[in-house]
Amino acid sequence: MIAELGLAALWLAAALAALQMVAGFMAVRDDGSSELVRLIRPAAIAQGVLVTFSFAMLVWLFAITDLSVKLVVSNSHSMKPLIFKLSGTWGNHEGSMLLWVMVMGLAGALIAAVERRLPERTMNATLAAQGVVSLGFYAFLLLSSNPFERLPTPAPEGMGLNPLLQDIGLAFHPPTLYLGYVGLSVAFSFAVGALLTRQVTPNFARAMRPWVLGAWVMLTVGITAGSYWAYYELGWGGWWFWDPVENASLMPWLAATALLHSASVLASRDALRTWTIMLGVVAFSMSMVGTFLVRSGILTSVHAFAVDPERGSFILVLLGIFIGGALLLFALRASTISEGQRFALASREGALVFNNVMLSAILAIVLLGTLYPLLTEAFDVRVSVGPPYFNPVGAIFTVPMLAVMAVGPLLRWRRDRADRIGREVALFAALVLAALILFSLLAEMAILPLLGLALGIGLAVASLLPLRGRKLSRTPLATWGMVTAHFGIAVALIGMASESAFTEERLAAVAEGGSTTVGPWTIELQGVEPVAGPNWTAIQGRLAASYDGGEVKMLTPQSRNFWAPPQQTTESALVTRWNGQLYAVVGDRAPDGRWQLRLWWKPLVPLIWYGGLLVALGGVLALIGRVISDIRHRRLAARIAQRRADREAMA
Amino acid sequence: MRRLILLLNAVLLCSLFGPALAQDTMPPAPYAYRQLDDPGQEAAAQDLMETLRCLKCQSQSIADSDAPMAGDMRHQVRIRIAAGESPDDIRTWLVQRYGDYVSYKPEVSSTTWPLFAIPVLLILLAGGILVGRFRRRGA
Amino acid sequence: MSWRLWVPLFAFALFLGLAAYQLTQPKDDFVESRMVGQELPYFELPPAMDGIQGVSNATFADGKPRLLNIWASWCLPCIAEAPHLESLKRQGAEIVGVAIRDRPEDVARFLAQHGNPYARIGRDDLSEVQLAIGSSGVPETFVVDGKGVIRYQHIGDIRENDVPILLEKLAEAGE
Repeated sequence: MIAELGLAALWLAAALAALQMVAGFMAVRDDGSSELVRLIRPAAIAQGVLVTFSFAMLVWLFAITDLSVKLVVSNSHSMKPLIFKLSGTWGNHEGSMLLWVMVMGLAGALIAAVERRLPERTMNATLAAQGVVSLGFYAFLLLSSNPFERLPTPAPEGMGLNPLLQDIGLAFHPPTLYLGYVGLSVAFSFAVGALLTRQVTPNFARAMRPWVLGAWVMLTVGITAGSYWAYYELGWGGWWFWDPVENASLMPWLAATALLHSASVLASRDALRTWTIMLGVVAFSMSMVGTFLVRSGILTSVHAFAVDPERGSFILVLLGIFIGGALLLFALRASTISEGQRFALASREGALVFNNVMLSAILAIVLLGTLYPLLTEAFDVRVSVGPPYFNPVGAIFTVPMLAVMAVGPLLRWRRDRADRIGREVALFAALVLAALILFSLLAEMAILPLLGLALGIGLAVASLLPLRGRKLSRTPLATWGMVTAHFGIAVALIGMASESAFTEERLAAVAEGGSTTVGPWTIELQGVEPVAGPNWTAIQGRLAASYDGGEVKMLTPQSRNFWAPPQQTTESALVTRWNGQLYAVVGDRAPDGRWQLRLWWKPLVPLIWYGGLLVALGGVLALIGRVISDIRHRRLAARIAQRRADREAMA
Repeated sequence: MRRLILLLNAVLLCSLFGPALAQDTMPPAPYAYRQLDDPGQEAAAQDLMETLRCLKCQSQSIADSDAPMAGDMRHQVRIRIAAGESPDDIRTWLVQRYGDYVSYKPEVSSTTWPLFAIPVLLILLAGGILVGRFRRRGA
Repeated sequence: MSWRLWVPLFAFALFLGLAAYQLTQPKDDFVESRMVGQELPYFELPPAMDGIQGVSNATFADGKPRLLNIWASWCLPCIAEAPHLESLKRQGAEIVGVAIRDRPEDVARFLAQHGNPYARIGRDDLSEVQLAIGSSGVPETFVVDGKGVIRYQHIGDIRENDVPILLEKLAEAGE
């Protein structure tokens, strides 16, 4: 019964999305004279409620482990801890799509309920576009991935007890990315709506901005968490591999970053109209492309045999309709939208445009490097594109971008003189140069880490300069957000450069009781013992590590063997200090009885993820700042209207 | 993140892992998990290993993989470096056997030139956009 | 001016076309050897167990075309492949084995269980020969002509329908 309720709610929600779409387009066509117009907003709200109800039903099915539902049987098990039963709801294709449409439905409902800044016609167009996107995903769910499908006879037990999948990171990492993707889909709807009515105004950018900010925060958190997860879980100390699946999450982030900045220019200066629209389309298309690449399996080949080609084609068709349609509309309409306000090169807008172009170029490089192997495979040639390509080619655009990022926020809007900020520029240049000289003298470093370190140090200082001479308590939250995010980029950059320049590695075969060193650490292997978990056995090394002869820290890395399904994993052990991380892995036993240890001393490596979190925090601050000032504006407008009404009543 | 998403993929696609691939029980090659004594040579070997693809893995370099064949490839790289071969020679030796696929560092060739031509084009394009934009404004 | 606005749509259409084409293509993970058409490099392997001869590149230089089978006792598809190797042998193919990362006792046990189609088996503990001839997995089978030149590579286990193909390639190599 519960499954049927969920399915019925889903069908109803889909019908409402269709209504929202049709009514929205009719309203745009005949300028709101149709009776249907009044239904648009209620339809969006009701749709949000229904799809949430549908998702709640699925969660309930997983919570009670209803073994007559196919999805539950194949992804859950009655013995799982409750938290993993619940997270199992979205830990599979169908459930994750339902989560996706639920968030999309809630976002649509929220816009319909509260967004009043845009002209009604653009609002209708936006909701119509939102209806198209939602309807596409409903069709996907209902026609090819029904989460509520029943089995002819209930199964005796579920199949989803894979221990590897019961991980708290796995439970919350994917939804974070979906939230980001959905946020970008809302930005996409706004862009299409504005394009349809040609009303690309600062208000449009203000309405879109919180969604972009929110999406961007989610993507930042998702990527940061995913990177840390790979770092400690893979057992080799790598944190970014330029793997296609990683690139699939990076590309929407790059596009969203560019969009965020160009939307800011549009909101405060009424410039960059077409550029913002274009980025709005590109950002969402990157999320869709990423989803397609991951789920269709055409790039990660290992699970290619299990891939349902129908699913891949369905996503591709949706991608074609959404993005192809939007780009067609763009090609037809963009020339009729004027560019907006003009500005000089030496201005805040000038710097933002420069970095927007750089970000777009980096995005193009990542896209090219990711898709190129796919292209050559069509001609039966297999190539690999990896870090030796992405790092230097990306740096061509990243280095100038970082330099402009350091000084851009100091410039004034519209027109400024470069010499006005001469002292700040000189400070930044001096810092970078000093760091370059210092590090190239002190250590033998490759060029990219050297540049990264120098620019990181310069940027860390320069990013704080916008606060100088301001009363900190009266600085707007959005400015704090910008400063925090830029500072976070610098912090992450220093971490990345330091990791690649200063990491020390030690592979050693050590007998019990023996010791070895890595960097400033001395590590003694005190013993190796077998330990057992609920469904694995492991050998666990007991390592006593001491930094520079100081206090002894214990580490217990494990090498685990799961038996159902049989699989071996390494559990690394970490010691974090203020200046870096010690990373230890225990491997196999050599024939002579000694144990293989893999040890790394990675100076400043945690800065990578602290930096990522700072960037996300900056986004949150900016978001809160924007929302608060919106509410204030609204209150003010309401008060003025009230006063005017009072005055009229008096008269 | 890769493994996370691969795991996720496995779930998403409703495919449980197949039986674990059978693996040999032989000890790893001598230099699979052992560094060269000369730090300079080891650094050169490490740099090279990070740019060679493990042929048995999804998309990992031989420096990030526990697959036995990756270990054997690391062994080859280390003993060849120790014998005085240059990293480029070793890369060429492998590319002669496995094609460009084995190297994460694409070299300009008849099949990879767009990878290098397009960034140049992008530089020109980016320069063009910026110059066009601001010259028009200035005028 | 306005042609520029069509560029994104055009680029997107290219991506869509490529993705659609790739979706219809069967995905294989085979890394083909570039050594096909080239001479076997120098190598010399000791026997993989007692009572059998080892293998060197000179083994292949006596004018007779042979199959070079890369296998291992720990490899499951090799069990599936064993009967077809037998049938190749019955139809006149000479099969030279290279056992990858294997122990003599395991090799002997495998052959006792699944039959021994091999004329010689070399022991390759470091995958040296495998790397030298561009093989990336176990099992793989190479057709080598009488001058020691690799003429054909079969990736994966040999199925029943591969047997005639391999015999034909072997005959071609003998011409």
